[in-house]
Amino acid sequence: MEAASPDGLLLAGAIALVALSGLPGLLARKGGSGGERLSALLVGAGALLGLAASARVLFLGGGFRVELPSPLPGGPLLLSADALSALFLVPVFLVPALGAVYGLGYWPEAEHRRDARKLRFFYGLLAAAMAVVLLARSGVLFLVAWEVMALAAFFAATTEDRQPSVREAGWIYLVATHAGTLGLFGMTALLARTTGGFAWEAPDGGLAVTASSSVVFLLAVVGFGGKAGLFPFHFWLPGAHGGAPSHVSAVMSGVMLKVGLYGLLRVVSLYGAPPAWWGGLLLLLGAGSALFGAALAAGQGDLKRLLAYSSVENVGIVTTGIGLALLGRSEGRPEWVALGLGGALLHVLYHSLFKTLLFLGAGAVIHAAGTREVDRLGGLLRKMPRTGAAFAAGCAAALAFPPLAGFFSELVVYVGLFRAFAGPDSSLLAAFAAPALAVAGAVALAAFTKLFGVVFLGSPRSEEAAHAHEPGRAMLGPILVLGALVAVAGLLSPLLAPGVDAAIRAWVAPAVPPGSVGELAHPVPPLAAIVPLGTIALLGVAFLGLLALVAGLLALRLRRASFDRGATWDCGYARPTGRMQYTGSSFGDWIAGRLTPSAAAPVLEVRPPVGSFPRGAAVSAPAPARDPLLLRLLEPFASRWARRFHDLHALQEGRLTIYLVYVLGTLVALLAWSALRGWVLPR
Amino acid sequence: MIDTLVHLALVLALPPLLTGVIAKTKAAFAGRNGPPLLQGYYDLAKLLRKGSILPAGSTWVFLAGPVAGVAAPLLASLLLPFGGHEAPLSFAGDMILFAYLFALARFFTASAALDTGSAFEGMGAAREVAFSALAEPALFFGFVALARISGSLSLSGMLGSGPGWVTAGAPLVLVAASWAVVLLAENCRIPFDDPNTHLALTMIHEVMVLDHGGPAFGLVLYGAAVKLFVLSALFLRVVFPFNATDPNLDWLAFVAGVLLVAIGIGVVESVMARLKLVKVPQLLVGACLLSAFGMLLLAR
Repeated sequence: MEAASPDGLLLAGAIALVALSGLPGLLARKGGSGGERLSALLVGAGALLGLAASARVLFLGGGFRVELPSPLPGGPLLLSADALSALFLVPVFLVPALGAVYGLGYWPEAEHRRDARKLRFFYGLLAAAMAVVLLARSGVLFLVAWEVMALAAFFAATTEDRQPSVREAGWIYLVATHAGTLGLFGMTALLARTTGGFAWEAPDGGLAVTASSSVVFLLAVVGFGGKAGLFPFHFWLPGAHGGAPSHVSAVMSGVMLKVGLYGLLRVVSLYGAPPAWWGGLLLLLGAGSALFGAALAAGQGDLKRLLAYSSVENVGIVTTGIGLALLGRSEGRPEWVALGLGGALLHVLYHSLFKTLLFLGAGAVIHAAGTREVDRLGGLLRKMPRTGAAFAAGCAAALAFPPLAGFFSELVVYVGLFRAFAGPDSSLLAAFAAPALAVAGAVALAAFTKLFGVVFLGSPRSEEAAHAHEPGRAMLGPILVLGALVAVAGLLSPLLAPGVDAAIRAWVAPAVPPGSVGELAHPVPPLAAIVPLGTIALLGVAFLGLLALVAGLLALRLRRASFDRGATWDCGYARPTGRMQYTGSSFGDWIAGRLTPSAAAPVLEVRPPVGSFPRGAAVSAPAPARDPLLLRLLEPFASRWARRFHDLHALQEGRLTIYLVYVLGTLVALLAWSALRGWVLPR
Repeated sequence: MIDTLVHLALVLALPPLLTGVIAKTKAAFAGRNGPPLLQGYYDLAKLLRKGSILPAGSTWVFLAGPVAGVAAPLLASLLLPFGGHEAPLSFAGDMILFAYLFALARFFTASAALDTGSAFEGMGAAREVAFSALAEPALFFGFVALARISGSLSLSGMLGSGPGWVTAGAPLVLVAASWAVVLLAENCRIPFDDPNTHLALTMIHEVMVLDHGGPAFGLVLYGAAVKLFVLSALFLRVVFPFNATDPNLDWLAFVAGVLLVAIGIGVVESVMARLKLVKVPQLLVGACLLSAFGMLLLAR
């Protein structure tokens, strides 16, 4: 690990290219297509460099560590890439690159003269800031990059700031992210007190766990968990992800959530022997997020909000894996670490692929039909067969169907949970987590059957849906590329496993350097040694072959025996119409209503039939801009406190000079305090 | 090798017989002669020769339902030990593949129903995915309990041999009871659903395939029979995990056992009526709790 390694240079180049990708466009002529093409090209070139560096670190054992002198307090700026950073860098570079190409068709300069340039600028900045967050090893640099990421995401997500719902979702996001950042400030300060500096590097054997460590951990859970969208900190997520342009939603849902998970992993990796309740808490939060995320997704009537809630579910699956790994670290069980963290990291990669695919596909639907209400769509598979087929693959991967991407990662997490209960020193929490994930999976199946079935199958439910069409090349290209990636990524798991092993070692290493005697003195076994990923991949190929065989036989039989097309029989309706179909609201309502805590349950509008000849009875899930949890719990709480602090409004003058006076006054007060402290408080 | 071939032959050929046995049992209870034992095979042969009408506007998904409905349980059967014989395929975590294969079939069957654009079939699809979400944890709690008893992470190991009944009899009774409910629910049997009425009385599984006909419907029936066979074999291995010394005797015992399970289903269907729809979730949650208690008994 030396400063001038090619990895450092590659990554510096990649980050610079991506960060500056939107800049030339700001200077280019408004409405021209040169700026947008150049920016997509720059993001693409940067992504290639970044992916090359990540692959080198993951598979060839590269890496680097540099200290840059800094004028800021808090010591030199420390940047370093190990395999853990590199693994998270893969989606950070891959997804924005595909999204940038997609953006050429989805948000073209020619149609969005007002905001396309702003969007591209913050889009590049967001991606670059995420990469810096993953490389930062000093608290100060980390927090600066974190804040740039949060703000860039705010501006990119509120591109359509003329819509009140988007503005509102943006403000909620901004408040939520800053509340989380506040927690991270506290965490960084506390951590600096224990380590004596802002460098996030553990001494040999890891940091010792003291009473303040648990506070650090809890602050990390709130700060990072809030960014990752863990239940119950998810309330900002559906609005922000739903209101953003689709390729920004993809970056936020597919990538930015993972940066939160990365932060959590990085901070807990500093501790040598974390107490067992840390892992237990994460198991609980993870399983809860998976379950409630899936149930809330099933209840959504808005295409993109459904996908956003499904991200809560997937973050929950990843967190369950992290919790198991942490538990393994506490109990000294290397195979729990390998399975828990291995499954979590694989799922981070795979979720970024299929969630991006689904958001880009949803964007294509919105683009083509002009509505995002599930209940106004239908029959789109015939109008947009290629987008629809890719979307189906994305749904199947999200549902962890063998042999697609999600299956392999979830399998590894499951095996870890089973293993944690099957052997001696078992964990009962892990035993409950496995069935909880199974319910989450089955409820997600309801959500995605509703999404795919109501949007793409049957017949159109509205005029707009009837006139949908396949998107242009710039949008279709990334969708098809991702469709192919989702189809083969799972089968490639055996090849990815060495990279995941390297990341696991990097996570364990700071606490237990080779040769030392720690809790995890025996090495963490390679993933493929516990779960035969290669065999399963072969079996997956065989399954695809079996499907093709049965399909071929059926096709042969149909051709021989002659088939015809006629109206849907439906037990004797002579002329079924699009509006007679089952709606998405009816489809998801039952299961969503039963499995969510009442405070978080979706808001339903029910107009029951009245009288003997009822007219206009309906059940619908209107798309509220706010999460039900926010609506029912947080907002009343916040407004109560806002009333109490009403008198403080007098301080808010709204004039810059007054605020500068406040700053000066505070500084003087602090200086006075530090000068007088020794005198007032005798040592 | 021979074992694998016998395994394959059984799972390919035997399933339609099970439906015949159930029908005969029910006929015996009703004092009728009933259809011949081999009626399932006759139906398949007839359907494969028939022409069919595809709903206007349906897509490839309409046919993907029946295809997945056959392929998924066939592959799942390869992970399951039949009687005292090892499963042809076995690896750590294969029970997850087993469960998710059925989920895959469910997704495509429900999607095929939605592809027709029919309100009735859409309703059936909604019920199917909702109810199975309640049945899923019952299956998994059982898997966790079996993994704990056997210390193994594959179906072959979990269902391998009999000492579990000596050391952990009570948990196994609970899991077996819970899985009996799952067996009935997942195969759309009374008290959950009535497989003999394709019309108004059948509100869950069968309603989803109203518009399938000819060879596609043949695949639906065959897939349902294979699923019944596979889940019966799973249930059988939990309640009767013993091996004979002679391998041939093992095969005989297995076939006899599966047919006995079929007769058992027929008896249940004869003595019970279908539950009111609102009661179905209660029974499924009850089954979940049974296997959860089974698992808790093992947490020591």
